[in-house]
Amino acid sequence: MIWVLIAIPVLIIFWVIAKYNGLVTLRNQTTNGWKQIDVQLKRRHDLIPNLVNTVKGVMEFEQDTLKKVVEARNAAVSAAGVADSAAKEGVLTSALSKLFALVENYPTLKSNENVKQLQEELTSTENKISFARQFYNDISTRFNTEQQVFPGNIIASMFGFKTAELFEIQVAAEREVPRVDLSLKK
Amino acid sequence: MVAPLQSRNIYDQQTHNKRLTWFVMLGFIAFIAFLGFGFDLYLFGAETDVFFPVGTSLALLVGSFSAMWGYKSGAKAVLNSANAYPADENNPAHKQLINVVDEMTIASGLPRPKIYIVPDADPNAFATGKNPENSYIAVTEGLLNSLTREELQGVIAHEMSHIRNYDIRLMTVVAALVGSILLLSDWARRSMWYGGGRSRSRSKGNQLGGLVFVLWIVGIILAPLIGQVMAMLVSRKREYLADASGAELTRNPLGLASALKKLEEASEPTASIKKGSAHLCIVDPVGNSMNLKEGAVAELFGTHPPIQKRIQVLQAMAYQMSASTPVA
Repeated sequence: MIWVLIAIPVLIIFWVIAKYNGLVTLRNQTTNGWKQIDVQLKRRHDLIPNLVNTVKGVMEFEQDTLKKVVEARNAAVSAAGVADSAAKEGVLTSALSKLFALVENYPTLKSNENVKQLQEELTSTENKISFARQFYNDISTRFNTEQQVFPGNIIASMFGFKTAELFEIQVAAEREVPRVDLSLKK
Repeated sequence: MVAPLQSRNIYDQQTHNKRLTWFVMLGFIAFIAFLGFGFDLYLFGAETDVFFPVGTSLALLVGSFSAMWGYKSGAKAVLNSANAYPADENNPAHKQLINVVDEMTIASGLPRPKIYIVPDADPNAFATGKNPENSYIAVTEGLLNSLTREELQGVIAHEMSHIRNYDIRLMTVVAALVGSILLLSDWARRSMWYGGGRSRSRSKGNQLGGLVFVLWIVGIILAPLIGQVMAMLVSRKREYLADASGAELTRNPLGLASALKKLEEASEPTASIKKGSAHLCIVDPVGNSMNLKEGAVAELFGTHPPIQKRIQVLQAMAYQMSASTPVA
C-alpha cells in the first residue's frame, strides 16, 4: 500500500518531466523553423539588388516596375513580426513576379546567362521560403496542439508556454507565384 | 501536419510497411538458414549421430556479414557501380538540381543529402545511404535534361521520402541479402554437381529427411526467384508510400505524376544501373515491360508498382487536395 502511495507521485513527476521536455523540443524546433525562413528571406533580399542592376540597362522602359521591386524589398527588410513580414514579403513577391513576366519580353535578357542564373536563384529562394513556411507551420501546429489538448495544456500553462503564430497566405496572388516561376525552366 | 486527407493514411501505411518489413526480414533469415541446413543434411545424411550444423552456421554467417557490409558500405558500392560523380555547382543544370534538393531538404527538415549524377541518357533516379545523416541522391543526366523544374521537384521529394522513411537502409541491406542468397544457392549447386554422391546413405533414411532434402533442392533451384520476390515485396509498397509522402512535401502531386509519365515513355534500360540495385530506383532501370502492366503477375514480379497505377493515385491525391483547400 505504502509503495503505491509513493509510486503514483513518482510516476506523475516522470510524466511531467517527459511532457515538459517534449514541449521544449517542439519550441526549439519552432524557433529554428522560424530562423530558417529568416535565412531564406535575407538571401532573397540580397539577390534582388543584383537582379535589378543586371536588368536595369536593358529594361529602361520599365523603370517603374524596377522601382516598385526595390521599394518593396526595402520595406520587407525593415518589417517586424510575423504578420507584418508576411504582408510585406507578399507585396515583394508580386512585384518580383511582375518583373519576371516582363523579362520574358526582352530576348537579350532571356538568353543572358547571368540573368538566367539570377532567376534560378530567386526561383529557388522563393520555393525555399514557402517550404520553410510550410515546415514552420507544420511544426508549430504540432507545438500548439500539444499545448492545447488535455492533459498537456496543464503542463503548458504551468510553465507558461505560448502558442506559436502561424503563417497565413495574405495575398491571393501569392498562391500563384510558383506557377509563374516554374515557367522559367529551360 | 497539413494535408489532413492523406496524412492518417500515410501513417497507417507506415506501420503496415514496418510490420511487413520485419516479416520479410525473418523470411530472409529463415530461407538463408534453410539453404545451409539442407547442405548439412546432404553432407551428414539423416542417420549419422554426429550432426554439426556447419552449413547452417556458414550460411547465417555469410548472410549477416553481407547485411553488415551492405549497411556499412553498400551506398558507396551502388554509386561506384553506376559510375556516379558529384554534382558540380558551376554547371547550371546541376545547380538547379542542387537548389531543388535544398528546397526539399528545407521542406522535410532533414539533413542535406549528397548529390550525385549518373552518366546515362535514360531518365532515372535513386537514393541510398545508411540514415538521413549519411544519405545520397543520384539522378541520371537524362533526368536533368528531360524534366521540368516542377517535375524534378516531385522526383526529388520522392527520393527524400525514401530517406525519411529509412527505406534507403532497408533497401541496401535487402540488396545484400538477395546477393548472399544467390551466392549460397550457387555454392550449393556446385557442391552437388562436383562433390556428387558423397554420402548417399539417405536412401534408407527416414521420410522426413527425404522430404526436407527434396524441398532443399527445389529451394536451391528457385532461390534467385524467391530472393527477388521477397525484395519486391519490400520495395513495391515503399514506392507508393514514397509517392504519397513526397507529394506531402511538395503539396503538388501532379509534378511527380507528370514526371512519372515522362519516365514511363522513356522506358529504355538504364544501362549504367546494375540489376542488383534495380529496386532502389524511382522507375525500373531494367526497362522490363512488367512494371508497365497491371495484373497479378506484374504485381508479384515487377520491382515497382505499375506506373499507370501510381499516376492515378497521385492524380486522385491532387483532386482531394484541391477539393479540401478553399479557393482564395
